[in-house]
Amino acid sequence: MADTMHAGDGQTRRDFIYLAGAAMGGVGAAAALWPFIHSLNPAADTLALATIEVDLAPIQPGQAIKAMWRGKPVFIRNRTPEEIDTARKVPVADLIDPQTDQERVKEGKDNWLVLVGVCTHLGCIPLGTSPGEAKGDFGGWFCPCHGSHYDTSGRIRKGPAPLNLHVPEYAFISDTRVKIG
Amino acid sequence: MAHAPQSNFSNPVVNWIDQRLPVITMMNKEYGSFPTPRNFNYFWNFGALAMFVLVTMIVSGIVLAMHYTNNTLLAFDSVERIMRDVNWGWMIRYIHANGASMFFIVVYIHIFRGIYYGSYKAPRELIWIFGVVILLLMMGTAFMGYVLPWGQMSFWGATVITNLFSAIPVVGESIVTLLWGGFSVDNPTLNRFFALHFLLPFVLLAVVFLHVAALHITGSNNPLGIEPKGPQDTLPFHPYYTTKDIFGLTVFLIFFAAFVFFAPNYLGHPDNYIPADPLVTPAHIVPEWYFLPFYAILRSITFSIGLPFTDVVLIPAKLGGVLAMFGSIAILFVLPWLDTSPVRSSRFRPIFKWWVLLCLVPAFFMLGYAGGKPAEQPYVLIGQLGTVMYFAFFLLLPIIGRIEKPLPLPASIAKPVLGGGSVATGATAQVMEKA
Repeated sequence: MADTMHAGDGQTRRDFIYLAGAAMGGVGAAAALWPFIHSLNPAADTLALATIEVDLAPIQPGQAIKAMWRGKPVFIRNRTPEEIDTARKVPVADLIDPQTDQERVKEGKDNWLVLVGVCTHLGCIPLGTSPGEAKGDFGGWFCPCHGSHYDTSGRIRKGPAPLNLHVPEYAFISDTRVKIG
Repeated sequence: MAHAPQSNFSNPVVNWIDQRLPVITMMNKEYGSFPTPRNFNYFWNFGALAMFVLVTMIVSGIVLAMHYTNNTLLAFDSVERIMRDVNWGWMIRYIHANGASMFFIVVYIHIFRGIYYGSYKAPRELIWIFGVVILLLMMGTAFMGYVLPWGQMSFWGATVITNLFSAIPVVGESIVTLLWGGFSVDNPTLNRFFALHFLLPFVLLAVVFLHVAALHITGSNNPLGIEPKGPQDTLPFHPYYTTKDIFGLTVFLIFFAAFVFFAPNYLGHPDNYIPADPLVTPAHIVPEWYFLPFYAILRSITFSIGLPFTDVVLIPAKLGGVLAMFGSIAILFVLPWLDTSPVRSSRFRPIFKWWVLLCLVPAFFMLGYAGGKPAEQPYVLIGQLGTVMYFAFFLLLPIIGRIEKPLPLPASIAKPVLGGGSVATGATAQVMEKA
């Protein structure tokens, strides 16, 4: 009975083995769980569909189109000089999510506004892209779900949405072609 | 053989089984002779009704799953095929769709019963907590089930509700991507929702088992809210309450069948008969009616909360709405500790009774009404008022518990029921009280 000789000692060593064993098991279980959780993240084929190219030539000034990207619409708007002007005259400090119009477009391509067409509130598609749709109080977009108004730069001006419409990563391949994603 | 149960059934096969696994003895104890307060009113039918609806949902759901295809390209058509081509498919689907509504009607009344008669109080707190877990599981299951037909409301309801999680600071967007399995609600989302919609009812069944098992330890509460003091206060569950439950079930089935056969789409939304279109949001997205009160709480937080006199925003409006909505369920978990009164039943609580009937109940209906209307005035204001009333109901309970003077409680359940009772009953009651 060596244990009785060094009772305190044995107790501590046993506690340590329990703790180490439990910690080891816990780490192992967490590691084993990760593949199952990560399997729920976007799969390789979903990620592979993550870029698209769009031809801009048919879009006249004042018009806009919807393209499908990653399962959501992208709004591409060819803005008129007045629309650009209105967007740039707004004092940035007055905005809910302060951002200048210049930060939201590519330099030299100031008429092209490319936005993820998903309301930043709860993910509805704002109206205002197709002709005849309500554009809201600021001439941009209007989300019918909970009444968010976006301006001609896609910035949130009124309503519950917390952020401006997202600008996706995109690049001009030529003057009339963009690659989104 | 010291632990062998004494089985005495005339049928030798039953006897043989019961000696090895005493399930029949147990069922007899829990559902046959089980002593149950003698003074139940019809509110006490709703637990059994909820159990019936759960079984109905599982049976109809399994059959539907055999005909349903969980793929975004095929889901809508497979549901239409169930409606048009599958033998009795229309009826089974309408039973399942309306059964979800029936489940919530029954459970909301069951919860009201629990609150009004103080069933959540010691020693039944754990039963109540299991009940709130059941409510959460029901909500998750119902939400995912509504997505499966892949109509416009399915798609946009799923989009709005999953986007709630994007309100969580820092990790919100990653959580939403994880929920979706992509960058929007799409085929991976539909597949996992189907898997979970199939799984969760069985988890629900397990929690219901715990809910009932814990109930059978403490015994049922009753309209007087006092514990039975002896056999004169109780009746055996069978045949008294089996009969009463079957009568209640019959009345309920007439109500249920009226919807299934005469107004099967009354509680649904016509937009869900339009196939899902990720590029077009319906003009007016509403959840199913049973979520409207909580949806109204979500929408009633239209303002951000920040540090006064600065631009620092602590809780943006979107996060505030999400917190308030989850908070409205979470607060139910602590109800047994918010209510400090030792008296259970509202019959003997002059303030609490009207606090339930004039604050909580109107708040629930106001929120339900506002949740179904567009986010405009005056509906936003009605929703905000309902939200304040809902939370005030719970948060002011400790004060009510302190200031309220409860009415005197009867000496026993038997006394008021038997109108004073015979001398013998009264004497027994007093003896039991001393014991």
